[in-house]
Amino acid sequence: MFVKTALLVLKKDFAIEVRSREILYTTLLFALSCVLVFSIAFVKEGEPLLDAAAGILWIAVEFAGTLALGKTFERERYAETLRALLLAPAPRAAIYAGKMLGIVLLLSVAEVLLVPLVALLFHAPLLAHPALLVALLAAGTIGFAIVGTLFAAMLVRVRSRDVMLPILLYPMTVPVMIAGVRGTSALLQSPADVASAGMWIGLLASLDVVFLTIALWTFEPLMTE
Amino acid sequence: MNADFNSVRLTDVSRHFGRRRALAHVSLTARAGDILGLLGPNGAGKSTLIGTLATLVAPTSGEVRYGGQSARALGDGLRRRIGLLAHELHLYPELSARQNLDFFAQLYGIEPSGTVDAALDRAGLADRAHEEVLGFSRGMRQRLALERALLHAPRLVLFDEPFTGLDERAVSAVADRLRELAAAGAIVIVATHDLDLADGLVTRVALIRDGRVLADEPAAPGLRARYRSVMGHA
Amino acid sequence: MRTLFVPLILVATAMFAYAPYMIDQAAYESSMGLVSKIFYFHAPSGMVMLLSAVVCGVASALYLWRRNPMADHVAIAAAELTVLYGLIVLVTGPLWARKAWGIWWDWEARLTMSFVGWLIAVSYLFVRKYGGPGSDKLGAALAVFGTANVPFIYLSVNLWRTLHPKTSVVPTLPPLIRGPFWFSALALFLMYLLLLTARVHLERQRAALDALYLTDED
Repeated sequence: MFVKTALLVLKKDFAIEVRSREILYTTLLFALSCVLVFSIAFVKEGEPLLDAAAGILWIAVEFAGTLALGKTFERERYAETLRALLLAPAPRAAIYAGKMLGIVLLLSVAEVLLVPLVALLFHAPLLAHPALLVALLAAGTIGFAIVGTLFAAMLVRVRSRDVMLPILLYPMTVPVMIAGVRGTSALLQSPADVASAGMWIGLLASLDVVFLTIALWTFEPLMTE
Repeated sequence: MNADFNSVRLTDVSRHFGRRRALAHVSLTARAGDILGLLGPNGAGKSTLIGTLATLVAPTSGEVRYGGQSARALGDGLRRRIGLLAHELHLYPELSARQNLDFFAQLYGIEPSGTVDAALDRAGLADRAHEEVLGFSRGMRQRLALERALLHAPRLVLFDEPFTGLDERAVSAVADRLRELAAAGAIVIVATHDLDLADGLVTRVALIRDGRVLADEPAAPGLRARYRSVMGHA
Repeated sequence: MRTLFVPLILVATAMFAYAPYMIDQAAYESSMGLVSKIFYFHAPSGMVMLLSAVVCGVASALYLWRRNPMADHVAIAAAELTVLYGLIVLVTGPLWARKAWGIWWDWEARLTMSFVGWLIAVSYLFVRKYGGPGSDKLGAALAVFGTANVPFIYLSVNLWRTLHPKTSVVPTLPPLIRGPFWFSALALFLMYLLLLTARVHLERQRAALDALYLTDED
């Protein structure tokens, strides 16, 4: 029942997104604007600063992700459909899991576009170790989505949710960002520091497990008004 | 687990937010076959009461029992027996009428094929099933939302202002639907501020103001006069 | 605690009065000069801050899953004190750093960690103040996540950069510094305990007042 409900919610979000494509386009466009803005700060005399690519990639993901989270839950708030979901006869955490998977999927699509773009614009050999980079991005994106989805869901009833979400989310995801950025820049060195990248992936994976456990646990008491 | 029940009983239920009390010592019982009207002005606590019955709002004190058992004891399966039509319609505007119903049917573990067709028919939307809800009028949405809430044939039917935006003909259709449900053994609870619509429909009335039940009695002719005398003196 | 409150205030006052003398008598560190004395406030405040964050997290977990109102009072009190002690850490730290490293701030491990922890505690208070109805539970979730995050912040930040004196500094202090250090630590901890008690008491009174308003309406 849990898995079935989670997949149903994911499928539903996908169907809406296929029809409107609004969240995908805004997320992508926002990520692009972030890259543009950062290029102003991190390019000196036509040459990008060392390690800038790793930071720009992850910050773009985090910023665009925050936007996507806000938009996704705005959609559930509009006709109070989140309440209808909570009335489903399945464990309520399944609703959370479905929404979270949707965010991970959306950000993955954004990353497929962002990675080659950042590699190209900032002369970074991001694709030299594709398997490690995918592992790093997956573990980091999941970690961000775990915390982000829970916070966005609990802020649905709060009036100043748009301001509140980044304020709560950014300090909380500092370890995710450090691990993501450091891991990626380890891969960018020549020769690549594979051992460090592996260590950061390990840190992210254990963080994902701990945060997911807490999130599944807190969702039900949090969503009961 | 069999989570079915024949009555809902609230015992001394209170819910407060800081110093504001949304519900104060509410005790009510509704049985299968009843159409209980929760009547009161806006902000009286009707929606909080509906939310509490739907397990979406946790009471600060007191308890809600479904056929003698608490929501906690009945578990997630209890929600299979509850249908809610709230003021916001619980429909995805970007999806078509059919997609909306398909999704919610599956969420309740129902095979969508026959059920959804029947529901679309009853909503009078069979020929517009593939259009986005976004383009529907308030009345059409309301009818669709009603069928959505009843897809899984719930035992406890909770309606929060179900007549908003409906024309006279649709109102009487909804009223007939409610009578049908009650006759089939559902517990129907309707919150509304519209006395004219409640009159003649409900079999019991609970008059509510400031989170308090001022009167809980069988419905009798002259509802408006009764309402005025109770609300006026309290 | 109520009967002990006044005597403990007296003890704490006496300790705070005596502490400067003790710190003055402590061994003088020639390389740092007078600035080294900051250590007696800075390090214990950091310890108390961490303790307070954990108290807030545990109390919040209890509140979220057991709905114990007392736990909520402890959580908000502990969060405010985390911010207060964090502020002491964040102000005294740079003063020391200016002398020791020649810079006010450095993105090294423990500085970053204190800053992030402090920011999370501030965002907790922010949610409690502006979250509207239900903000108690939102805050509780934030605190639970924040506390579970501490080891990860610690690990990630440590792997990222390290410049700060290691944790092993405290157990290996020379005896002439160790005495005054633990004396100061105890004084600051005692102050924490007293402030926490007072704040929890205030929160209980506030809840009691809310309850009175509600019964008055009945």
